[in-house]
Amino acid sequence: MTVYLLRRLVQMVPVIFGITLIVFVLLRVSGDPVLLMLPEDASQSQIDTLRRSLGLDKPIAQQYLIFMGDLVTGDFGRSIRYGNQPVLPIVLERLPATLQLTLGALVVAVLISLPAGIIAARNRRRWPDYSASTLSILGEAMPNFWLGIMLILIFAIHWQLFPVSGRSGFLSVVLPAVTLGTGLAAMLTRLMRSSLLEVLSLDYVRTATAKGMRPRGVLLKHALRNSLMSYVTVLGLQIASLMAGSVVTEQVFAWPGIGLLAIQAINSRDMAVVQAVVIVASIIVMLANLAVDLLYAVIDPRISYS
Amino acid sequence: MTGVLRRTFSAPTAVAGLVVLLAFIVMAVLAPWVSPHDPVTPNLLSRLSPPSWAGGDARFFLGSDHLGRDIFSRLIYGTRVALLVGFVGVVMAATIGISLGLAAGYFGGTVDNVIMRVVDTLIAIPNVILYLTVLGVFGPSFTVLVLVIGFINWTTFARVVRAEVLSVRHREFVEATRALGQRTLVVIVRHVLPNVIAPIIVVATLNVATVIILEASLSFLGLGVQPPTVTWGRMLADGRGYIATAWWLATFPGLFITLACLSLILIGDSLRDALDPRLRGR
Repeated sequence: MTVYLLRRLVQMVPVIFGITLIVFVLLRVSGDPVLLMLPEDASQSQIDTLRRSLGLDKPIAQQYLIFMGDLVTGDFGRSIRYGNQPVLPIVLERLPATLQLTLGALVVAVLISLPAGIIAARNRRRWPDYSASTLSILGEAMPNFWLGIMLILIFAIHWQLFPVSGRSGFLSVVLPAVTLGTGLAAMLTRLMRSSLLEVLSLDYVRTATAKGMRPRGVLLKHALRNSLMSYVTVLGLQIASLMAGSVVTEQVFAWPGIGLLAIQAINSRDMAVVQAVVIVASIIVMLANLAVDLLYAVIDPRISYS
Repeated sequence: MTGVLRRTFSAPTAVAGLVVLLAFIVMAVLAPWVSPHDPVTPNLLSRLSPPSWAGGDARFFLGSDHLGRDIFSRLIYGTRVALLVGFVGVVMAATIGISLGLAAGYFGGTVDNVIMRVVDTLIAIPNVILYLTVLGVFGPSFTVLVLVIGFINWTTFARVVRAEVLSVRHREFVEATRALGQRTLVVIVRHVLPNVIAPIIVVATLNVATVIILEASLSFLGLGVQPPTVTWGRMLADGRGYIATAWWLATFPGLFITLACLSLILIGDSLRDALDPRLRGR
């Protein structure tokens, strides 16, 4: 187990390396940071001095090494917008809000898709199945930010059950989480249904039914666990798109997470913040994927990572 | 192939999807002739009129926006950007993804390793953040948007193609052509590619829907194709501020996006069933 965990963490290194390379290249082509930091009437010697003090006069490969060295020691640069503060604490401070939102969306997705998928599979080609399929195709076709605006219109403005925007207690997370979770719920419902149908047609399930076991027992004891494997796999793969979707959702609900921070930073060309958001978000996605892989062993006892 | 098409469109849902998609394409092509009003010129005398059937000005079928522009006409023009970015973006992504996927699957070894590590990296970064960063750096425009979609979105195609190639690479007909002394490129293009076309078409169809939503999201965040070009995402962003007083501003662009994506998903799903009969009804 420990060996497996270590190996997986080591495998992340080249990916993180690649991400930093992408970020570094993007940052360098985004224009001369020196010109952004100095007033427009700065003299050439002032520009040169600042450039030297920032190490921007060195060869590009050396700059990358310095950049990497800074990252490893937790120095992600300083923000132009937030009074020259270090960037990493700014991002980490916003992180809990985003995690709360994505976790909430995950809960919404599972709470909808698990029962809906099971009911659809058990009532194959009857109305519960058809309505689940229709709703899930709709859920996949709908852009989540539009759903968010419609939810605000109905539940926050018309009925005033939830706050319109912002992060203030449990009620405020409901609409954003539903907004972000619906697309995933739709996809997982279809997946749960099809993988359960596949398992239900297998011989061992027929045997269990033939020996007189009640349908509920067959489902809960035998079929469900095996159909959960592909469900969990896709759930893990979708965590990245959940994080991505949260950017838009945060904008709709003025939710103070890293997505909103990223948009504001991009609009004000605060590239150090943007770079920190990209790296932090990617590392979270990778850690989440690792966590999902470990979950396999819980679901399927045949899998062990020792 | 005709058999596949017949099977695909024997499903009523796929026919409905095709009809809607064709309607969108016609709207996009004929926008100047079918839209009742100018989509960009403001007319401040007729601001925020509800749809004609909801007690509003009879000239505006789906109402007018905060600058008095006809929403229906704007939606028709918005179809152009949505479909163009969707189709061109996916063609770009598919071209890159198919080439790299074929290379990875056919050559294996180091080539495969390098390509798949790049795929891993691109998949790990939440894509909207990456798109926003690149668009923020290069400035949002149609060309940049389509290029970025191509260069980031190809990973799905590469993975699908690679998996398919791995499954046909050692089949007898490929081995045989290679034994006959055919050049690698010829073997790939003439004998491997035709066998992976089917799953690509399905992925591509569904991917157009994904890209349309992506384009709308980026426009919604202000980093899509810039005004005066009309985009559905921008219309939604404009409408968001008027949600409490003028619901029609944000409602109809969303309906159009949903409808466009729905048509593509229905066609894509049916296509998948037709190509793989085992999946029918699953």
